Formats: sequence, C-alpha cells, structure tokens
Amino acid sequence: MESFDLELPAQAPGIAPADAALFGVVSSGNLEVLVEAGPLPDRCRFHVETTAHGFTDVWQAVLADFAAGHRVGGLSFSIHDAGATPAVVSLRLAQALQSLEAS
Amino acid sequence: MTRPRSYREATARRRVAGLLDAGTFTEWVGPGARATSPHLAALGAPVSFDDGVVVGEGRLAGERVVVIAQEGLFNGGAVGEVHGAKIRGAFERACAEPPRAVVFCIDSGGVRLHEANAGLLAISEIMRAQFAAQSAGIPVWALVGGACGAFGGMGIVARLCDAVVMSEEGRLGLSGPEVIETVKGVEEFDARDRALVWRVTGGKIRRTLGEATHLVEDDLTAFREAVAALLSSRQGPVPFTLETLQAAQAGLEGRAARDAAVRDGQVLWDRLGLDDAALMETAQFNRRLQELS
Repeated sequence: MESFDLELPAQAPGIAPADAALFGVVSSGNLEVLVEAGPLPDRCRFHVETTAHGFTDVWQAVLADFAAGHRVGGLSFSIHDAGATPAVVSLRLAQALQSLEAS
Repeated sequence: MTRPRSYREATARRRVAGLLDAGTFTEWVGPGARATSPHLAALGAPVSFDDGVVVGEGRLAGERVVVIAQEGLFNGGAVGEVHGAKIRGAFERACAEPPRAVVFCIDSGGVRLHEANAGLLAISEIMRAQFAAQSAGIPVWALVGGACGAFGGMGIVARLCDAVVMSEEGRLGLSGPEVIETVKGVEEFDARDRALVWRVTGGKIRRTLGEATHLVEDDLTAFREAVAALLSSRQGPVPFTLETLQAAQAGLEGRAARDAAVRDGQVLWDRLGLDDAALMETAQFNRRLQELS
C-alpha cells in the first residue's frame, strides 16, 4: 500500500456533511471515499491509500482537477483505493459530492 | 408503481436504504469511526472504513428493526475480526434493546482467509449472539440475494435464521462451488457450469427443499415487502426445543436416505413434476410449489 496527504486551496462549499459520509466500495478497480468536514473553509484535504504504487503524480493531477472544478472548501476526503483508473477516481469523487448535495 | 431496483446489484448501503422506511436508519460504528481491519493493514491489503458490513437500526413498515448488511464487493463479504465483532455487537444491542426483528442481509463467502483464526472465532461469536437474540424472542431473518450468496460459516448462520428470503439469483451452501471442485475434482462438481451451480445452490432449489422460506424477485422492494409480511405475521423465533430439533433431524435423515445420490436439483424438480422450474417466473414457481404442498 502507498499513502499520501494533499491539501489544496478550494472554493467554499454550499454544504458540509454533519456526519462522515461513505461512498463507493473497495473492490478491484474501485474505491471508497469518506467525506468529512475539514478544519479550514478555503482548503480541501485528501488522504489517499492505494494499492497502485508509483502513481502519486497522477493522483495529485486528478485531485487538483477535482478541487479546481468543484466547491469543496472545508471538506476532507479519505480514499481507500484498490486500483481505480483516473477516470473512475474522478467519477467517484463527483458522485460523492453529488450524493452529499442531494442528501 | 416504482421501477424495480436490483437487490443483487445494490451495495450494502443501498440495500439498507431500500429496505428501511426513508430516513429512519441510524448506523452503529459507522465509517467515521474508522474501525478498519488491523489484519488486512498488516498484510498491506486495502481496508474499508466499515470493514465490509453496515449495522444499525431503523424502521421497516413502521416497526423497529436491527439491520445487518454485508458488502459482497469488499473481499467477497468475508468475515474478519472487526466485521464479525460489528455483527455480534448488533445482536447484543438487539438483546439489550429488543427490536421487532433482526434483518440480516447476508452476502458472504464465509471466513476472511487473511484473518483465518480471528474470522473463525468471529463466526462462532456471531452464532452465539444470534442464538441469544432468538432465545430472547427476537426473530432473525436472512435475506440472500447478493452475488456472493451465503457460503461457509455464513451459510450456517443463514440456516440458523428463523426465515430465509432468497431471490433466484441468491445462492446458499456450505462449501462454495470452487471449493468443492478444488477439493473433490471437476468430475464431482464443475464450478464453471453456472446453470448447475444454480440448480444446486440457487434460490429456487433452496426454496424447493424448504431451506429458503420465501422466494422473491431480484428487487429491493420485493425483499422489503417480504420482510414487511413477516413483520405483520407477528411470528416470533422458531422454537428451539428438543422436539423441534428431533423433528429437524428426522427430516434430514429422511432426506439423506432418499436424496444422497442426487447430484443435480433438476432430478428433484423432475420428481415433483416441476421439470421446467428453472425457466419459471418467480410468481409462477411460487404458485406451483404452493399447489404441491
């Protein structure tokens, strides 16, 4: 397993989860993401644990894209990944945010 | 009428949401608690924030129930130490604050091999906690309709339940098809023959044999309605007495004497005049089975 943390500047969100909310499932080519309230309203935090070694730069690019394109300030994302492709990572993060906004 | 939503394709969390009255679920030891498996972490294997099982309480058709739902996509729903402790804890909570029933969405290949001994212990702890709940008058109902079915220790747990609701897609057994093929050879059981696997372990043959008490469509609402019907029947747990055990034993001895040589569920269906059982719609199958009883 490889893990890393990333903190990025982000737009303040419309919503923050009251409780930790989990989306997705850890299975081959897939991931789960736990969304929680973070400490700073203009920052977004990521913690990633992945089975894919040596792809931190790709992860960082995908997460930076996501943070730039969504209102995720004040949120913390914890990811358990079992080899999801970058497209699946983006999709799951967007789904998590959408589910959070819908709930 | 709402459109059907597949139970088989739903995740454990979606199953819980689809079974319970909207907005009534309270999760215990939820993902925010980060109760992950130390054994998987020690092996460098991916962990899950809920260790592959969702437990909590909510209302179904207005009645308070405890719900346990295994996530078949995470390590085949297999039972590890934390996963098992959450299930045991749910049963103990049920004993402390009795609900109308415990609804157990089983989707598991059995013990998680990464945590072999802890997993085996967890299974026996689950059984003991389940018996305690049943002894306290709380019925436990298994729902089996996930891709992993109910095998190994969880196959036994399913059979200890007071009702077993299955879909045709669900499977129930002790050793899984691949295990039988590996141990006894492909001549004994061809695990790649999917039709055979379902004729031996699938929902229809389990319903025919009486091991499943209900057969429903692969639809979340159908499973919910089956549980709602069980709730409205006001049934308690099946009595656990010497008489019921002796009757069950006699039934099994009769079945062993009669059917020990049967290698395919089709043989039993032919015998019952249900030769086209595999192709029947669920409602038709249930009707024909009812006519025979």
